[in-house]
Parts: sequence; C-alpha cells; structure tokens
Amino acid sequence: MEAPLLHLALVGTPNSGKTSLFNALTGSRQKVANYPGVTVERKEGFFVTPLGRQVSVVDLPGTYSLRGRSPDEEITRDFVLGKASGETLPDLVLCVADSTNLRLTIRLLLELKRTGRPMILVLNMFDIASRRGITVDVKRLAKELGVPVVTSIAVRKGGTADLLKLTDEISAALAAEPVENSWRALGVSELRATQREADRIIADCVSLPARPDTWTARIDAIVLHPVGGLIVLALILFVMFQAVFAWAQPAMELLKSGFDSLGELVQATLPDGLLQSFLQNGVISGVGSVIVFLPQIILIFLFILLLEDFGYMARAAFLMDRIMGGAGLHGRAFIPLLSSFACAIPGIMATRVIDNKRDRLTTILIAPLMTCSARIPVYTLIISAFIPARDVWGFINLQGLVMFGLYAAGIISALLVSFVIKFFMLRDFVPAPFMLELPDYKMPRLKSIVIGIYTRAKMFLQRAGTTIFSMMVLIWFLASFPQPPAGATGPAIEFSLAAMIGKALEPLLAPVGFNWQIAVALIPGMAAREVAVAALGTVYAIEGGSEAVEQIGQVLATKWSLATALSMLAWYIFAPQCASTLAVIRRETGSWAWMGATFAYMLVLAYAASLVTYNVAVALGAG
Amino acid sequence: MTDTTDTRSHMPLGLAQRGYTGVIQHLAAKEAGSALSDVELESRLIELGFVEGARVEILHEGLVGRDPIAVRVDSTTIAVRRREAMAIIVA
Repeated sequence: MEAPLLHLALVGTPNSGKTSLFNALTGSRQKVANYPGVTVERKEGFFVTPLGRQVSVVDLPGTYSLRGRSPDEEITRDFVLGKASGETLPDLVLCVADSTNLRLTIRLLLELKRTGRPMILVLNMFDIASRRGITVDVKRLAKELGVPVVTSIAVRKGGTADLLKLTDEISAALAAEPVENSWRALGVSELRATQREADRIIADCVSLPARPDTWTARIDAIVLHPVGGLIVLALILFVMFQAVFAWAQPAMELLKSGFDSLGELVQATLPDGLLQSFLQNGVISGVGSVIVFLPQIILIFLFILLLEDFGYMARAAFLMDRIMGGAGLHGRAFIPLLSSFACAIPGIMATRVIDNKRDRLTTILIAPLMTCSARIPVYTLIISAFIPARDVWGFINLQGLVMFGLYAAGIISALLVSFVIKFFMLRDFVPAPFMLELPDYKMPRLKSIVIGIYTRAKMFLQRAGTTIFSMMVLIWFLASFPQPPAGATGPAIEFSLAAMIGKALEPLLAPVGFNWQIAVALIPGMAAREVAVAALGTVYAIEGGSEAVEQIGQVLATKWSLATALSMLAWYIFAPQCASTLAVIRRETGSWAWMGATFAYMLVLAYAASLVTYNVAVALGAG
Repeated sequence: MTDTTDTRSHMPLGLAQRGYTGVIQHLAAKEAGSALSDVELESRLIELGFVEGARVEILHEGLVGRDPIAVRVDSTTIAVRRREAMAIIVA
C-alpha cells in the first residue's frame, strides 16, 4: 500500500539557511506560486526519503515569532496552525536554525511547540559552527526542548542524510491522536520569559567561544565603514552595471546571429508570401529581438543573488538608511529598489519586507522608475544607432556614459518623486523603525545560485514565449492587413491597420517628435517594454521589405532625427510601465486608485520629459 | 548629563558611541519616541534578542548623524536606528 504524501513545512528566522536546506532537499523539483489573495511567494518542493516515502515540503517565509505582523509572517503562522486557506496542516514542522546563532531560533521553537505540531529542530550550517569552536550537546538539547534535534550541512552533498533518516523514523511513528494547539499570541512578558528560557537552555547545552566570526568582523570593518562602506557600495554597483553591458556582449552577439541565420533560412526555404512574412518578420525577428537580452538578464540576477546570499544586501540597507531617509525612504527600501533594476515586479513584491504601510507605498510608487532590464533593449538599440562609439576625455566610452546617464536619471527622478510624496502626503510623521539582522557572511553556493537564475531565466523565456509572442503576432497582423490594393505604390504597411492607429495617435505624439511608427510600437510596449523594440523591428521590416530585417538600428538611424531618438530615450526613463507591473501594483496595494495614480504620474512625467528633450534638441539643431 | 566616567550609570544605548560595550538593564519603550506603540517596540526588541542581561557592543555607525548603529547582541548583529535604541537601557 502506498503511504500518503507526507507534508513538511520549513520554519525559521530570516537568514537561518532555510532556503539552502530547501534547495538541498528538493533540488530542482520546485514549484513557485503565490498564496491565494496575497503575493507572498509559496515555494513547494518534492523529494523521496531513503525508505521511499513521498514528501512535499513548503518553504515558509522567515519569521522571528508567530505574531504575524506582516503578510509573510501571517502566512507562516496560519500555515503552521492549519488556518491557511486551501493548505493542509503540515504533518511535521522542520524548525531550521543557524547553528552559529541559536538564540532567536530557540525562542521561536519554544513558541512553535505550543502549536502541538510534531517538530524537528534542524541545526543547519553545523560545519561552520564546529569550525568556529561552537559545540552543541545535541542529546541534551533534544531532552531540554522535548523535540528531536538533528544536525545538517545543507550545502554539502549528503549533509542532510541524518535529517532524512529521522524524517523516516518520525513519519513511521506519527501519532494518530493530534496534540491540542495551545498557541495564542504572546504578550511582552511571555515573550521575555521564552527568550530567558531559550537563553537558559543554550547556556546549558551550547558552549560558545568568546570570539565572534573573525571574517565577518574583518569584512565589516571595511564594508560598514561610514565612508569606505559607501565607496565599496558605489564600486559594486559600478562593476555590476559595467558587467551587464560589457560581459553580456559576446553571448548576445551569438544569439543575434543565430536568429539572423534562422530568419535567412526561413526566407530561403519558404516561398515569398504571408507565411514567410509571418515567420520571419513576426515570429523570428520579433521574439528573437527580445530573447537576445537573456544574457544581460541572467547577469543582473547573478549579481543580485550573489550579493543576497553573501549577506551583503542587509549591509547595503544599513549604509543607505539615513541617506535614503533624506528622500523619505526607508533603508529597507534599498533591496526592493535594487531588485527593480532587474524587474519592477520582484522589486515591488520585495517591498513586503517594509512593514510600515506608508514607506511601503512610497517604495512601490517609485520602484518602476528604476531602470528595469526590459528597458535595456530599447536603450541599447537607440544608443547604438545614434550615439557614436567614441571615447570622451580619453577613456570613457560615450555610449556607456549615455547609458549610465539614463540609469542616473531614473534614480534621481525616483528620489525626487519620493521627496515630493513625503512633502505633500506624509508631512508630520515619525520615521518607521529600521531593525534588521546583519547575518554573518557566507560563501554563496553554486547550487542555490544556479537554481535561482534558472527559475528567473525560465520566467523570462516563458514571457517571451507567451506575452511577447502573442503581442508580436498581433503587431504583425495589424501591420500586414489589410493588404495594399493591387497596383498600389508605396510600402505595403501604409495601407495597414497599424498605420491607421499610429496616424490617429500621431497628432498627440508629434509635439514630442514621435512618428506614427513609434506610436504603433508604444502600444504593445505596454504589455512588456521590450516589445517596443520588436514592434519597431516588425513595422520597419514590413515597411522596408525583407532586406531591411536584420539591422533595425541602421534603419532607425536613417528614419529618425537625433532629437526623436533622444526624446524616445527620455520617454523610456519614465515609460508608463508594462501591464504586469501595473497588475502587481494593483495586487500589492489592493487598490485600483494607486495603480491608476502610478500609471498617470509616470505617463505625465514621460510626456513632459520627452517634450523638453525634443524641443531642446531641436533648438540645438538636432532636429 | 551623559556620564562617561567608570561609574557605569544607566544610559540609553541610543546615546552610546561606537566601541561601547555593556549589559542590558531594562527596556523602556516609552522613552524612545518611536513610530511603533510601546508594546510593539518592546516585542520586536525582545524578538531580536534585546533582553535584560544580554551583552551589547556597538560595532558600527552610519555616516549621517552616526545613525543607524550595528549592535552585537550576544551572538547576533542587529542594525537599529538610535531612535529605537533609546528604549534599550544599558550599563
């Protein structure tokens, strides 16, 4: 008889190594989704125990207690109590502790015990603790806590063997009669009492060496230095953006030439006509022009994941707290805003770590101003077509400088918007507290980095395959139909629906220097920003005939004035964001009004910025 | 007012300099003027390990107004702003 699926839940404080244990147990057998109604990420994975028991394990959001003061922490509490809608009560709770830092986890465990769920305490990162001279009397700890205790080294092969064995033993003996849940929210005196109890147990069972982690202390002496730390932070960001643009180039060239030859193959094999045009202009040049940016997206996520796993992100928040406070932002907003450079969607979702509502709202409103990776295609295309690749002052590449300027413009406008929000809406307020654990540094592990990048790359490609693909089909259709009447002169696209729509919008966009082709591209750009590039490619390809397919950039250089190109860049600093970002803002703020407000203010800024840029450029003779 | 002699009179951690080491005497959430309610601030401080008897050391300070501070609390390092650290009375 097949035993039913065993349900495990991973609970622990932030930085306890929960996620690396989750990765070690499940490998790539993971499912990431959202809990119903909230945007808290629900990570479930699967594995089989040595005795062949099928196990599902859920990685719950990190928490210091079951009080549930943020949506994340509420999920953890409700899940453990079996109150989360649509979730099964876990058969076994794995309470994960960083062995080098047991105080806070043991307190959490004492609170968890009151829920009556069967539980194991997993002393994770046990190797680091041993190396640092920390010894734990595991047997005595188990006896004092009344909970089985097992050590694990999530990052080493076989490091979870003991845990798996214990899971088998416990699941075989799981009691039929459930223990009563006696948990209720703890008052201050009970919290204090449990922390005292935890400290007593630790004093009895754990011997700590006098010295803290020397590496962490040494690195922090530089990284958290009031001045030196900020210089290090600036250097890291500089290297990150250089890398994204320089290192990704070879891979991007490769992808690009791959799609080009695929397009040529289609052109050579298929007869001229609609099918050829659809495959070559619609599918290959459209979707291809977006997939080309995969290397850059992988690189930016690589940096963010490395910094996160290393333990640097909390330090960055520490360094930036007061500086961002000047613009009315919370130090914790730094991490969401930094993630927004990859994509505003994970950035906005990451604002959940900000527990103050007003701080969180401000961060959500400005997150889309950070230059997300979807804008990279648009910037790269226009910059390479219009900005000469020469050096200024001998060593700085002009194209790179313009790119840097665009990023800087995004950041500065975000700070200004935040300042305005603070000034008008939240005048007399005491800043919300900034309280954050600074974890010891840890060597990032290849496996968890790879899994992290893999999930994100998959999401990007899925988007390219679905949203972007369908938008491209639509654009191709609009740009190809109706077909020109027989004997008509001029490019076929002049007769199409796309031209009609674009020309209807043209009067609105003429003051900022946009022609009807740009108007056509901006509409699908709302679905996903990078589609604008593909759409321009399709529109000009169909207009110019098949020989023009390959080099959108060269086409643009002949069709647009420099003023139009600069205006387009200015537009995309603020670019009314993509539909998915708006959807996430709607979900996270729970309000259509805030979504509308974000859309409106960005549209106004984009139009104003383009208007100024275009007119100044024309006045300077770039028209 | 701030007594820097060796008498180790009680003082809020929020006023201490970098390099200060001491032991938590009690929590006084009312004194902090934090945006959080007294109960909430006290609960959070306890959850991060700030309980009576814990050894604290100020490891680092931020650039602007020497704020926030990175505090070693027994085996953990916690970043807090001085405003909230005013609730932690040390000696």
